[in-house]
Amino acid sequence: MSASSAFIDEKGGSASEPEYGHDPASGGIFSSDYKRHDDLKEMLDSNKDSLKLEAMKRIVAMIARGKNASDLFPAVVKNVACKNIEVKKLVYVYLVRYAEEQQDLALLSISTFQRGLKDPNQLIRASALRVLSSIRVTIIVPIMMLAIKEAASDMSPYVRKTAAHAIPKLHSLDPDQKDQLIEVIEKLLADKTTLVAGSVVMAFEEVCPDRIDLIHKNYRKLCNLLIDVEEWGQVVIINMLTRYARTQFLNPNINESLLEENSEKAFYASDDEEEEDKKDEVAPLAKRKPYVMDPDHRLLLRNTKPLLQSRNAAVVMAVAQLYFHLAPKAEVGIIAKALVRLMRSHSEVQYVVLQNVATMSIKRRGMFEPYLKSFYIRSTDPTQIKILKLEVLTNLANETNISTILREFQTYIKSMDKDFVAASIQAIGRCATNIGEVRDTCLNGLVQLLSNRDELVVAESVVVIKKLLQMQPEQHSDIIKHMAKLIDNIQVPMARASILWLIGEYCEHVPKIAPDVLRNMAKTFTNEEDIVKLQIINLAAKLYLTNSKQTKLLTQYVLNLAKYDQNYDIRDRARFIRQLIVPTDKSGALSKYAKKLFLALKPAPVLESTFKDRDHFQLGSLSHLLNAKAGGYQELPDWPESAPDPSVRNVEVKDSIPDWSKCTSRKDRKEKKAEKPFYSDSDGESGPTESADSESDSGSGSESASASDESGSGSESGEETESEEEEEDEEEEKKKKRKKHLDKTKAKKPVEESTESEQSSGSEERKRGRKAVKNQKSASESESESESSESGDESEDESEEESESDTDIRKKKTPVSKQPPKQSKKESKKETQEMSLLDLDDFEPAPASAPVTPVNFMSSSLVSDLEGLSLTDTILAPTTITPSGSIKMYELLHRITGEGLAVEYCFSRQPFSPDPNMVAVQIQFTNNTNSETKNLHIEEPRLQCGMRIREFAEIDVLSAGESVTVVMGIDFCDSTQAANFQLCTHTRKFFASIQPPVGELMTPVFLTENDFKKEQGKLMGMNEISEKLTLGEKCVNEHVIVERVTATANLSRVPCGSDKECRFAGKTVSSGCLVLVTVSTKEGGRAQLTVNCEKMLIGTMLVKDIMQALSQ
Amino acid sequence: MIHSLFLINNAGDLFLEKHWKSVISRSVCDYFFEAREKAVEPDNVPPVIRTPHHYLINIYREKIFFVSVIQTEVPPLFVIEFLHRVAETFQDYFGECSETTIKDNVVIVYELLEEMLDNGFPLATESNILKELIRPPTILRSMVNTITGSSNVGETLPTGQLSTIPWRRAGVKYTNNEAYFDVVEEIDAILDKSGTTVFAEIQGVIEACVKLSGMPDLSLSFMNPRLLDDVSFHPCVRYKRWESERVISFIPPDGNFQLMSYHISAQNLVAIPVYVKQNISFFETGSSGRMDITVGPKQTMGKTVECLVVTVHMPKVVLSANLNATQGTYNYDPVTKILVWDIGKLNPQKLPNLKGSLSLQSGAPKPEENPSLNIDLKIQQLAISGLKVNRLDMYGEKYKPFKGVKYVTKAGKFQVRT
Repeated sequence: MSASSAFIDEKGGSASEPEYGHDPASGGIFSSDYKRHDDLKEMLDSNKDSLKLEAMKRIVAMIARGKNASDLFPAVVKNVACKNIEVKKLVYVYLVRYAEEQQDLALLSISTFQRGLKDPNQLIRASALRVLSSIRVTIIVPIMMLAIKEAASDMSPYVRKTAAHAIPKLHSLDPDQKDQLIEVIEKLLADKTTLVAGSVVMAFEEVCPDRIDLIHKNYRKLCNLLIDVEEWGQVVIINMLTRYARTQFLNPNINESLLEENSEKAFYASDDEEEEDKKDEVAPLAKRKPYVMDPDHRLLLRNTKPLLQSRNAAVVMAVAQLYFHLAPKAEVGIIAKALVRLMRSHSEVQYVVLQNVATMSIKRRGMFEPYLKSFYIRSTDPTQIKILKLEVLTNLANETNISTILREFQTYIKSMDKDFVAASIQAIGRCATNIGEVRDTCLNGLVQLLSNRDELVVAESVVVIKKLLQMQPEQHSDIIKHMAKLIDNIQVPMARASILWLIGEYCEHVPKIAPDVLRNMAKTFTNEEDIVKLQIINLAAKLYLTNSKQTKLLTQYVLNLAKYDQNYDIRDRARFIRQLIVPTDKSGALSKYAKKLFLALKPAPVLESTFKDRDHFQLGSLSHLLNAKAGGYQELPDWPESAPDPSVRNVEVKDSIPDWSKCTSRKDRKEKKAEKPFYSDSDGESGPTESADSESDSGSGSESASASDESGSGSESGEETESEEEEEDEEEEKKKKRKKHLDKTKAKKPVEESTESEQSSGSEERKRGRKAVKNQKSASESESESESSESGDESEDESEEESESDTDIRKKKTPVSKQPPKQSKKESKKETQEMSLLDLDDFEPAPASAPVTPVNFMSSSLVSDLEGLSLTDTILAPTTITPSGSIKMYELLHRITGEGLAVEYCFSRQPFSPDPNMVAVQIQFTNNTNSETKNLHIEEPRLQCGMRIREFAEIDVLSAGESVTVVMGIDFCDSTQAANFQLCTHTRKFFASIQPPVGELMTPVFLTENDFKKEQGKLMGMNEISEKLTLGEKCVNEHVIVERVTATANLSRVPCGSDKECRFAGKTVSSGCLVLVTVSTKEGGRAQLTVNCEKMLIGTMLVKDIMQALSQ
Repeated sequence: MIHSLFLINNAGDLFLEKHWKSVISRSVCDYFFEAREKAVEPDNVPPVIRTPHHYLINIYREKIFFVSVIQTEVPPLFVIEFLHRVAETFQDYFGECSETTIKDNVVIVYELLEEMLDNGFPLATESNILKELIRPPTILRSMVNTITGSSNVGETLPTGQLSTIPWRRAGVKYTNNEAYFDVVEEIDAILDKSGTTVFAEIQGVIEACVKLSGMPDLSLSFMNPRLLDDVSFHPCVRYKRWESERVISFIPPDGNFQLMSYHISAQNLVAIPVYVKQNISFFETGSSGRMDITVGPKQTMGKTVECLVVTVHMPKVVLSANLNATQGTYNYDPVTKILVWDIGKLNPQKLPNLKGSLSLQSGAPKPEENPSLNIDLKIQQLAISGLKVNRLDMYGEKYKPFKGVKYVTKAGKFQVRT
């Protein structure tokens, strides 16, 4: 109510100028606006919320009408912290609209949002992030970046969704942030909730659509989640997956496309380019092996199919284009029905759908043939729809249905809508050229139209007849005569030109009439349109060549007229033709060939659809609709020649377990709901790497999954699996934070089992397996008492989510989950178990949710200390060093992905002797298969510019069960960008990538205290990054701090007088920039960390890593 | 994605603008106005207009153009579908989507638009979530609001967005628990001059009005589900159940919604409820014409045909009509050249007839084509396809709901060529 009155008020005030409020010309209104703004300011300054609200409503009404309200900014921004929700919301609306114009003042509001980001309520956190990221002020980019990063690991999926939304906003504000944003995207892509999936893919598409490698690991998850994602997200995901599939799978129509190409009659198209295209295509297709569809390809097709039933036209269209571009020919047909259904929708939807149907119907005519009648035209359709339907009908015409279609066309010709009639005539022409049987019928019909009363109809008919006659002119001289007579009456230039061309071209068929027509045209030459004049000149020239006796003078006359024409084209043409045809002394050899030039046999035109070849644009896209590349359009890549490695999409089974519970389709949505708090919680905490909690339950799940697979095959009894599972649960309860143990327990089973169940059995089967497992699991949970402590843990997590304020715990947890200790992997299973038991005893008093610190914590610190000592003075041959316990092993190739070949690497921190600018990477190959692997080597490194790799010497043979260690050098150019390359064996190629933690990009440098201070003095200001932190519980003394820092980064300690400070120094490997780190401890476990480094990026990342290490 | 939205009325006044990214000057709409002028009829404005720096995607609804501005590649249907969703939301909130209601509720409109898109990407489009965020205006509430100064914005933050069932609010409570389903079928047909069917198909929708407490889980089954050729569902329907058992199983949204739409294709025989005998002729001389139309029942399954209306778009040269209707009234609008004959109920004993002469513009040539007739009709208590709901079951809640199913058949795009 009040809003409406406000609107009317405003309107009344400026009634003389209803719109365009900020027109400075209207002085009177301007001043009255000023007054009004004064009272708005007063209202905003008052204490009453109702007045503020009233004022804000009026302001928003102004914004809505495009009036300028920017001068109220200071008054409005004050209310950003207002308690009243509606006022607050309206202030947000205002802020987002004007912040860009008033950057300085907008900064006043930032602190409010920053506070909101920490709010215990997830919805408030989300809305704070949303507004903060919508304010387009460049100064706050770092704040936004930080907020996004934090929100991306928030435990509420809704906040994570908002973070995904914020990514493109920040990207458009500051494209330099791209690299960091990609990291966030990568993290969010691994998210397992449907809420986030759509938004993050949208961000992916906007920020880094070419980073297809980020999708691999998430591909199957996205396919499975798809049906439960909200509809807008579905559209974006499907479009992205279409592109993805085009790069990763083989063309399912490989074998058919050859045949198809030959059968298509449009093969003799005049377009050169096109033919070339086709040749390109045909050549490699010549010999093909039988095609087998990748199971992942099948998964995509299967999971998108139900979405054809969506109520949202955009989703249906997205699925339709996916099928059109990706499905085997035999399956594409199912989309026709859904598309025909969309035609019932709003006319705009119809318009877009028809455009796409038109393109599809050229390629796959059979698909729409059964729905021919759905494209019949009603007199009430808008013209643009009529013309598109006509296009489709024409494309669908063939020998069998042409008679029905022509009968339909006949009714269209009588329509009152003349544009439509013209299009119908053209359509008839196209049918006639494409289908030889009906050519004569069509021609006769069109000739009848020549006597139509409407000139447009006649003109269009003439143009079409001209094209048809060109195909077989001999038989139709009477039609040409008839048309020659028409020229007196028809005024439409295009038609006149067509008739003249016809007469000229076939003047030998109408020898008597032609000169007469020329005579008439010469009389009216000066009044004709340009195209008609050109054709008159043409006609004259042709007649001169064939019948010079009668027309010599006439031709001279016409050419003379043309010589003085206003249009230079015509003058030019006249001059050119005169030289050619009139023999003079100077005229060269060309005039001898004049007749050949002018009366050459011309190929008949091919009447083609304007939609031909439009399918090189992704269907359903804007670019396709416009038939031109729109900004930001991603080309649909061609199918690859040979399929890239499919194993990149392999995910360890246990990762995918939580998805299944979410995506078992709508059938058990109810069930899902009940489970939700549990799962969402674990989701919330699991970042890209599995967190402790999600791992624990998923781990057991995967165990039992493989077990149940087995029981399915009958080799093991159900009882057994259950007991085994229980045992596992017990075990994992003891040491649930430790990933590698699970790996070990798993390794008890033959390796092939897990790999095979992963790859060979279709996911359908897997799904069934999982479902069974879930039931089983819940059963065992209720039964086994040993489960109780875990469930206690769970309930704690739940309560944590409910209170949502326990952020501390969350923070503590995430860092651990990011770096699961892996060093113990090499030890035997028994040992680890013992150790973990010890471990557990040690940390019993700690809260269950607190992280467990790395197991061999003491030993590692010792080793690293020793190593630190040795590094300063020794240069050992790197190849011989075995990894010491403190060095983290990273996985390069998992044994499942690698089909039995496991590859791990670590940064040995030894100087790489062949090239001091390279980081030494020690790689360990383990052959888990029972056959030998040969010729291990590296191929095709794909590196960021400047990066270099020195490969290790090829390993000839790696026999079964053995391991071997080699060292290679990589110059990372002081960036944490990954080095990508292919790891080849004699049979396979695997994509691998090594991404260094920032701490490994440096080598220790020995400095004295004075040197250190001097160097530090040089690296002040921008080069200094300083952060306050709270030391973790374990960081009790200096020794631990030193150990933590050196474990994080390859630095050496600098002696220091004060015991409150620890100093470290190093330099980057590649460019040799100094890196100085100072940790000064203070009372109560607080500390200050300072990093000085010329390379700011390295500095920032190092601060982050060390902070994390120290606050644990 | 979607950059900005402009609302423009039929007269070409731009009366609302909203930007989701940085502001785009409204002068970009000049390209739209240009296209609008060229198109003559508002229906003919191309939905996608290309300008040097932007693309304009527009829809025309309720005499308002919703013109959205986009800058980069985006599926056009995505935008079109979204704009229609916006219009539907307005309709849902204000009862109708017209220039007046939008202007009257400009603040709510603005708040809605703000919530529906974030940075041009749809955020909350479910009306159930929106209604929790922003309460729709009612007369009572706006009275209270003006007195107490309280607001339309929900005090509680919506939880619907967080749920796995975003379309349903939690904690719904009704004293009378009811669930009504309307099976509405529309016949799309083209009949030719002689009355034979050129093309006919049935489009059906099931509209639901569900007012049930708690979290009911409903399943609806049909006597003859095989009839349905092609279906599309509200997102709440479990597609797998439909695939395997042909049962519609769903947790319903609260209130009115469209449960499903279906299609019975041209391949099946479609009953045509009425026949039309017509004779329209224009004379070569005398600039006049004759018209004689009779409508009679054909396959009505024993039900009465109601609300029968015949609409004729006359050729431009027809100046006036002097007719005589045995039943109902007729009206000829000489400006739009539309003749509307409102018959009402069809009486099989005494067939309605419209007869008389047409006068044409003198001197103009007689029209080439006879105008086609558009028929509108309604048959209560009949689904022309024969579709029948078998039963509706509810799980998950204890109470007994009141259930009802209604059938209606209407004419969709029903055209008789002459």
